[in-house]
Amino acid sequence: MISYGLIIAGILSLVIGLAVHSGDGDLYVTRIMGGLLSNSYFYFCIALGALFFLALNYATEAGWYAYIKRPIEAIALALPYGAGMLAVVLLVITVMDGAHVYGWMDPELYKEGGHHYDPIAAGKQFYLNKTFFWIRTVAYLATYLIFLRGFRKRSLEEDRVGGTEIHFRNYRKGALFLVFFAVFSSTSSWDWIMSVDYHWFSTLFGWYNFAGMWVSTMVVLVMLVLYLKKQGYLPKVNDSHIHDIGKWMFAISFLWSYLWFSQFMLIWYANIPEEVTYYVARIQDHKFLYFFMFIINFAFPMLILMSRDAKRHAGILTFIGIIILLGHWLDAYQMIAIGSQGPNAYPGFIEFGIGIALAGVLLKLVLTNLTKAPLTPVNHPFLDESIHHDI
Amino acid sequence: MADKVIYAMYDDDNVLKDGAKKLVSKGVKVSEVFSPFPIHGIDPIIGVKNTRLGIMAFIYGLTGLTLATIGMRYFMVVDWPMNIGGKPNFTYLDNILAFIPISFEFTVLCAAHGMAITYFLRNKTLPGMPAQNPDPRTTDDRFVMELRTSENSQFSAEELEAMLKETGIVELDQKDVA
Repeated sequence: MISYGLIIAGILSLVIGLAVHSGDGDLYVTRIMGGLLSNSYFYFCIALGALFFLALNYATEAGWYAYIKRPIEAIALALPYGAGMLAVVLLVITVMDGAHVYGWMDPELYKEGGHHYDPIAAGKQFYLNKTFFWIRTVAYLATYLIFLRGFRKRSLEEDRVGGTEIHFRNYRKGALFLVFFAVFSSTSSWDWIMSVDYHWFSTLFGWYNFAGMWVSTMVVLVMLVLYLKKQGYLPKVNDSHIHDIGKWMFAISFLWSYLWFSQFMLIWYANIPEEVTYYVARIQDHKFLYFFMFIINFAFPMLILMSRDAKRHAGILTFIGIIILLGHWLDAYQMIAIGSQGPNAYPGFIEFGIGIALAGVLLKLVLTNLTKAPLTPVNHPFLDESIHHDI
Repeated sequence: MADKVIYAMYDDDNVLKDGAKKLVSKGVKVSEVFSPFPIHGIDPIIGVKNTRLGIMAFIYGLTGLTLATIGMRYFMVVDWPMNIGGKPNFTYLDNILAFIPISFEFTVLCAAHGMAITYFLRNKTLPGMPAQNPDPRTTDDRFVMELRTSENSQFSAEELEAMLKETGIVELDQKDVA
């Protein structure tokens, strides 16, 4: 019910936004495509973060998570839809020669002697060209989906046969996935997000995006687990499980803030013109949006989630979780919109509309995925440890 | 009043935990448990209060943050304004980014050291202090539960020992204390 409500509200808001802004000319298309890109990336990342977290738990042979493994899988299983949507959006943008979102896709930039010739973009052409961009995109998405399929297949198989053989195979595959993920999570955020500001570069960018992805996933996970527990579906989830996910939320918020600050401070200190442009665009024209985003992603979780009791309190976790989600949604928005629309960017009906509608879709997908497998992975070797989890 | 301390030794932490549960349900007060490692879930059974070390950590961290800010402002801005990389330090706030890493480090330093020292002091385990565990084997592979007759005045020492013997102990010892 909530999910349909969200979808309808989101589509209504999107329609209003489309009607209100239809006279904006060139910016109109850029805005729609940018909004679609940042939103599909944001929700794609929530599912990808769940796949990563699953692989991380396999590779580290963690025990505590076993009882909430199915909710993690349910979030990860939204990945094919997220990947599909992201691929369609990227395809449309590519067909439109970048739609001013990916400025580097404009062929005018590479005509030597032409009016729009851009020597910096031309120098990056060996990496930033449509063909190679699509080879990489397909490689990322295919790798993620193949691993997701394998994890899910083995997870269901384990329910039937038991034993430890599947566990050790998951252990090896999880470690292998992390190797691919370590490279791909960085390069994919360069390709999909950093290339919006194609003159600018930052080696921390991949990590920064990865941290944002991870914390969004943990927020969705804690809200899902709290909801399922409240409905009585996960009776053996205890305070310690909730506390542990709460700790992840707290810690990864810090990781994100740390990377935000590291990227910002180094560029601020060095003050090199080609690097500071990124922050000039954000701080001169969007001071409030940019710092508001940073503060709700950093100060709120830090101050409120610091105490032990807060990390076990369902109300506080949900409240902070919604704030963090909004913060990271704004982060995804500002990375693309400010880069492509410059001083004119502001989040309005269009962006929030797509965001709310996709939140509804994600909720629907996750809840549907939950119904497709037993909620307890009965033969997981660490299930008993997880049920008695106590910290 | 003469106080008698009873030490019951176990060779398994789960047996001790079940035993403690049984005793507490009969109204016995367990005054202490000695173990070579933290036994998960023993705290609520024998009624150990939640630690307040976290609150102290917060206070120590705040102290560190304040000291770092005052110190850096004095060294780098007031006493001798530094010009580093073309960024003159005439005000603290304009250059706060440069000071954040040090503030952070000093906060962590103070919180960590403060916590460690508080922990040692509170447990009376500073280096060189006499050991308090009743038996050196509790630092190896044995677990000892300590009962005091003064805290269990409704039972006699014999009754307590009889109850302990039902919980799978491997050794029993008692000591008179003034």
